[in-house]
Amino acid sequence: MTTKAAPVIEAKGLDLVFQTADGPVHALRDVNLTVNKGDFVSFIGPSGCGKTTFLRCVAALEHPTGGSLTVNGMTPDQARQARAYGYVFQAAGLYPWRTIAGNIRLPLEIMGFSKAEQAERVERVLDLVELAGFGKKFPWQLSGGMQQRASIARALAFDADILLMDEPFGALDEIVRDRLNEELLKLWARTEKTIGFVTHSIPEAVYLSTKIVVMSPRPGRITDIIDSPLPKERPLDIRDSREFIEIAHRVREGLRAGHGDEV
Amino acid sequence: MNRILPVLTVIAAIVALWYAAAVWMNRAWVYDQAARDGAEVSFLQALPQTMTLERPVLPAPHQVVAELVKSTFGMKVTSKKSLVYHGWVTLSATLLGFAIGTGAGILLAVGIIHNRAMDLSVMPWAIASQTIPILAIAPMIIVVLNSVGVQGLVPKAIISAYLSFFPVVVGMVKGLRSPDAMQLDLLKTYNATGAETFGKLRLPSSMPYLFTSLKVGIAASLVGAIVGELPTGAVAGLGARLLSGSYYGQTVQIWAALFAAALVAAALVAIVGLIERRVLVRMGMAR
Ligand SMILES: Nc1ncnc2c1ncn2[C@@H]1O[C@H](COP(=O)(O)OP(=O)(O)O)[C@@H](O)[C@H]1O
Ligand SMILES: [Mg+2]
Repeated sequence: MTTKAAPVIEAKGLDLVFQTADGPVHALRDVNLTVNKGDFVSFIGPSGCGKTTFLRCVAALEHPTGGSLTVNGMTPDQARQARAYGYVFQAAGLYPWRTIAGNIRLPLEIMGFSKAEQAERVERVLDLVELAGFGKKFPWQLSGGMQQRASIARALAFDADILLMDEPFGALDEIVRDRLNEELLKLWARTEKTIGFVTHSIPEAVYLSTKIVVMSPRPGRITDIIDSPLPKERPLDIRDSREFIEIAHRVREGLRAGHGDEV
Repeated sequence: MNRILPVLTVIAAIVALWYAAAVWMNRAWVYDQAARDGAEVSFLQALPQTMTLERPVLPAPHQVVAELVKSTFGMKVTSKKSLVYHGWVTLSATLLGFAIGTGAGILLAVGIIHNRAMDLSVMPWAIASQTIPILAIAPMIIVVLNSVGVQGLVPKAIISAYLSFFPVVVGMVKGLRSPDAMQLDLLKTYNATGAETFGKLRLPSSMPYLFTSLKVGIAASLVGAIVGELPTGAVAGLGARLLSGSYYGQTVQIWAALFAAALVAAALVAIVGLIERRVLVRMGMAR
């Protein structure tokens, strides 16, 4: 993998207004953000501040009404054609009629990989998310955490170098979530992907990220961008360190400030 | 056992009620008959007679069962008096009609979800088609087809299809639309084509809905086939048995034909249910 000079995701003055029956909703206003290769970026903020909308813009599932947005130097639509990203939703969304391996094969079938290559890739990503041996199981035979890991494997299967994750562990209990966070960090270190990660948990954001984007609602906007000084190697107990607590404090301040000027 | 007991209780209650109703409804005829002979009969004397009349107002259960057994197993299956013969005539029209109706229903549903114009135009017509009494439509279909030389199985199958396509359209449209926005978005992120979205997501998602519709549809097909036999002049089929029974006051025959129809319907629905289970288990959608 070569390091490109161009940023992976670059938003300049990004605006998105939804026209709804109750009038216009300003979901994103003047969002400026640069994400570099290999970054782990968390988006944190209260409900309705546009975290999902921003990720969906990157994935070309929504189209901005103003400003510019590039992904790998291309428009989001072109980036999708180039299979630039894998998207992980809050619900695992596995097809109940496909086995775990079958689910991971879904994007590979659509993208036209050969049978042999499909099988090889399925094995590799199952390994990566520590689900080796579960390929023949059906989704209902797996726990919620394992299902979510399978959905991450599905997003990794076709070698996109960006991983977009919208509250992927939001529906899981805290113990499972801790484990998956640790695994996600390892996976990130091993694969050198660029990750965009939506959460509303401060510890999760601080623990995972190299860059934390604090957002606030009405209109959805960025109130703070924090570059984390934490090392890439992060054991779970780093959460008790002074630096960790300081960053968490700054995130909390940012969230409170965003809340303050809303009233 | 604790599932069989309530069922048996209900059946026993129905049979008891039926006997009571048979006695109640047939006793007038027995009294009249006695009065004409100048005799006086007590209720207890009349009781056994009410259950053995040749043309009762309401035949007793054992009379129906006896007729059912006699006309099913006691005849050559090629005999015009065999219920197996008539049952097969009706069943073949039912199955052909069911196949046509299901095929048409699925095609219409696919059109409706892919084409906005069809969505707006087909559904109201489909609903309107079901508000017209089938008894009014059936003779017209028979007569019109007869005038162009189509007789026998096909007209009945068309009436059958007319009744069975509707639940299939409704169920399939719902099933094909059942994937949520997130599942559709996921496929969008893969740049999936419309055909891929249909084949990999919509169609498999619709299977449980399809089978529910098929169970309604096959029962409706049988009704359609029977109704289609009524205007043909009672030649063959369970519908013909019903009609000829009513011409000649053969109530036992009518009830036997009714029960035969009910049994066929139950068997057809059960078969669809079995296929449903097998398919859904194979697909991993049922445990
Ligand atoms: N498709 C849509 N149509 C109209 N309004 C929308 C749509 N999607 C999101 N919104 C609105 O945009 C705002 C931001 O939503 P979202 O990005 O989902 O927030 P978050 O993910 O941070 O909770 C909310 O006010 C939401 O109601
Ligand atoms: Mg959201």
